[in-house]
Amino acid sequence: MSYGERFVSEADRNSSIMGEQQKNLEGYVGFANLPNQVYRKSVKRGFEFTLMVVGESGLGKSTLINSLFLTDLYSPEYPGPSHRIKKTVQVEQSKVLVKEGGVQLLLTIVDTPGFGDAVDNSNCWQPVIDHIDSKFEDYLNSESRVNRRQMPDNRVHCCLYFIAPSGHGLKPLDIEFMKRLHEKVNIIPLIAKADTMTPEECQQFKKQIMREIQEHKIKIYEFPETDDEEEMKLVKKIKDRLPLAVVGSNTIIEVNGKRVRGRQYPWGVAEVENGDHCDFTILRNMLIRTHMQDLKDVTNNVHYENYRSRKLAAVTYNGVDNNKSKGQLTKSPLAQMEEERREHVSKMKKMEMEMEQVFEMKVKEKIQKLKDSEAELQRRHEQMKRNLEAQHRELEEKRRQHEDEKSHWEAQQRVLDQQKLEASKTLEKNKKKKIF
Amino acid sequence: MSSSDVARQPVSDGARNLSLSGHVGFDSLPDQLVNKSTCQGFCFNILCIGETGIGKSTLMDTLFNTNFENFEASHFEPQVKLRAQTYDLQESNVRLRLTVVNTVGFGDQMNKQESYQPVVDYIDRQFESYLQEELKIKRSLHSYHDSRVHACLYFISPTGHSLKSLDLVTMKKLDSKVNIIPVIAKADTISKSELHKFKIKIMSELVSNGVQIYQFPLDDETVAKVNTAMNGLLPFAVVGSTEEVSVGNKMVKARQYPWGVVQVENENHCDFVKLREMLICVNMEDLREQTHTRHYELYRRCKLEEMGFKDTDPESKPVSLQETYEAKRQEFLVELQKREEEMRQMFVQRVKEKESELKDAERELQSRFEQLKRLHADEKAALEEKRRLLEDDQSSFGKRRAAAQLLQAQNLTANGKKDKDRKNSGFL
Repeated sequence: MSYGERFVSEADRNSSIMGEQQKNLEGYVGFANLPNQVYRKSVKRGFEFTLMVVGESGLGKSTLINSLFLTDLYSPEYPGPSHRIKKTVQVEQSKVLVKEGGVQLLLTIVDTPGFGDAVDNSNCWQPVIDHIDSKFEDYLNSESRVNRRQMPDNRVHCCLYFIAPSGHGLKPLDIEFMKRLHEKVNIIPLIAKADTMTPEECQQFKKQIMREIQEHKIKIYEFPETDDEEEMKLVKKIKDRLPLAVVGSNTIIEVNGKRVRGRQYPWGVAEVENGDHCDFTILRNMLIRTHMQDLKDVTNNVHYENYRSRKLAAVTYNGVDNNKSKGQLTKSPLAQMEEERREHVSKMKKMEMEMEQVFEMKVKEKIQKLKDSEAELQRRHEQMKRNLEAQHRELEEKRRQHEDEKSHWEAQQRVLDQQKLEASKTLEKNKKKKIF
Repeated sequence: MSSSDVARQPVSDGARNLSLSGHVGFDSLPDQLVNKSTCQGFCFNILCIGETGIGKSTLMDTLFNTNFENFEASHFEPQVKLRAQTYDLQESNVRLRLTVVNTVGFGDQMNKQESYQPVVDYIDRQFESYLQEELKIKRSLHSYHDSRVHACLYFISPTGHSLKSLDLVTMKKLDSKVNIIPVIAKADTISKSELHKFKIKIMSELVSNGVQIYQFPLDDETVAKVNTAMNGLLPFAVVGSTEEVSVGNKMVKARQYPWGVVQVENENHCDFVKLREMLICVNMEDLREQTHTRHYELYRRCKLEEMGFKDTDPESKPVSLQETYEAKRQEFLVELQKREEEMRQMFVQRVKEKESELKDAERELQSRFEQLKRLHADEKAALEEKRRLLEDDQSSFGKRRAAAQLLQAQNLTANGKKDKDRKNSGFL
């Protein structure tokens, strides 16, 4: 957010929103106290942090944790992972509550006894991945409940990966593990038992490791950019010394009148908190004093969100082609279903229209046929009628002719008959006359 | 600041208590958190509800010591509208994105029954927009601009008697959606004794009507005492002014009357300073937290239940989000299929109907055809009969004629013989 940034939001129906303005205050308002309010509330709430420690046994993981937190997290009663080797890789966690300066921290240490210790270590990262995913799943479910109350954050915020100080580079197991987990958790690689290498060897080793990390495109935890120059200088210093080479110790030794944590050798004391001897202080400052909150934020905003969006996309699109769904992840699953429903409705409308069209066409055809045969019928009927009528007329004509002929002949006959009668009458007369 | 930081609570069951043998350094955690928030900047949204001209904009200007752009509203708005303005403020190194939402036309209409609705709608819209962002598959909550209303200042008219019914109705509708802080506006028109009685009357009316206004929190020891005292002085009687008047040798914010000067920041004159303390200096963060964990959660719960989400299935076993979504998706797919089937069926039905219609028409045509044929056959038969009759007549006539001719012919020959005979007999 920068000064004078234009902020445009949607126009609500009954409200109008003006652009934002940069205002200078002419006197005391009081919201400069907000940070204090936030401070107070956060102290009251308390903090929690989950740290995962991964590495072969005997690399000094438990000792380092004890040194980091200046407490006996791992002790004879609660032995560290290397003392609890099982047949298969286990993932176990211990929760401790520590207080300092009024601030309460619920610290969960997740360790992996048995990691890398078997003869065949293929897939030994699987329990780790499963654990991280199950914590994400728990959080997702509690976040998605209808009734949300407390949402305990048990997600793994940081993973310290211990590299054995071989001096020659990363082992295949190291690379495999980091490649599989760098998109699920913040990985901070550490060189364990750094007091077995001279500074030059250590430099070489570090360079080699960083080269291999880049080669394999492994994304280890990155320090955030800040505007503050001082901070940036510090961050650069840390970056130059990655991966951090650490030494841990449970014992306190007196050196030059001071009591320090260290490892006593015949040839001297390797001090844990001496910056010339190892990078322990840098690790502690970075992990606890300056970047703990950022580790949690990156876990929440990046790793968890990745998990969540993959999970929800799978639910929404189960079976649907992935390429199609890439551009649609900006909706919630329900909105997605709404849109699918609308699509379906319009598809059905189209189908309905098409079917309607076909139907109409067929009906028209049939009706046309019927009309045609009706017309045909009509025509034939007309024709036959005319035919009959013609015959009728013909017959009438014949009859008339016949009648005419008959009456004419009959008239003739009558005339003839009359003549005959006359003739016979005359004959009779004559006959009578003749006799005398 | 990411609101999700607010909701998480560490649960410390099953944890061992350990003591530290030195300074580890995680006591800087609150500072880390605060630094991050300060870098990101804070945001706060205030809603002011009150009648036109009651002094909302002036109070905002006075509270934040600045001149927000204000319009003088008229009394003739047909409906209540809300106008939101966003400002970026900075005090020392703290940046605040402040959004002030004002109601325009509140209390001006003749019929005020629906006056509260636009306000409720606005608040719900902000909740809805946050909920939608939270439900997205790919979401960016940490960079989301939170527009949910954190505090609602309800301005009460300084009548001196009691609350208006519009006030009670509106506050009742809003108390489960937003933190309500009632203030008595234009407090310089009430005398001290009247004010005391007025405050008591207001609080008792609120209690008897079951209106839950915002109570300053008492759980933090550092501020519990002052918050308890302030809770007893609610509602605050405020006076706003951006004009400065010279009092003694200072210029102070005040209102100048012929009979005296009302000083805004004088605690004897009004409760402005108390309001500023409580609202901004002490409890701003708590207001934001309450909005997120109480009001927003309530809205979210209701909305999700409306959409059919449950935490447990009918057998009271907990149901995970995936299962719910999957079940919904199944339902959804089944519904789509059903619709498709229905449509198809409907078409099949229509086709059948039409087919039978057409068949009927065909049959009718057929029967007509048959009828006509029969008619024709009848006529033909009649014609044949007539023809036969004619032929009979003709043949009988022919016979007659032939017979007559024969007779004539016979007669003639007979006559001829007779004549001959006569002739012959004449010789005798």
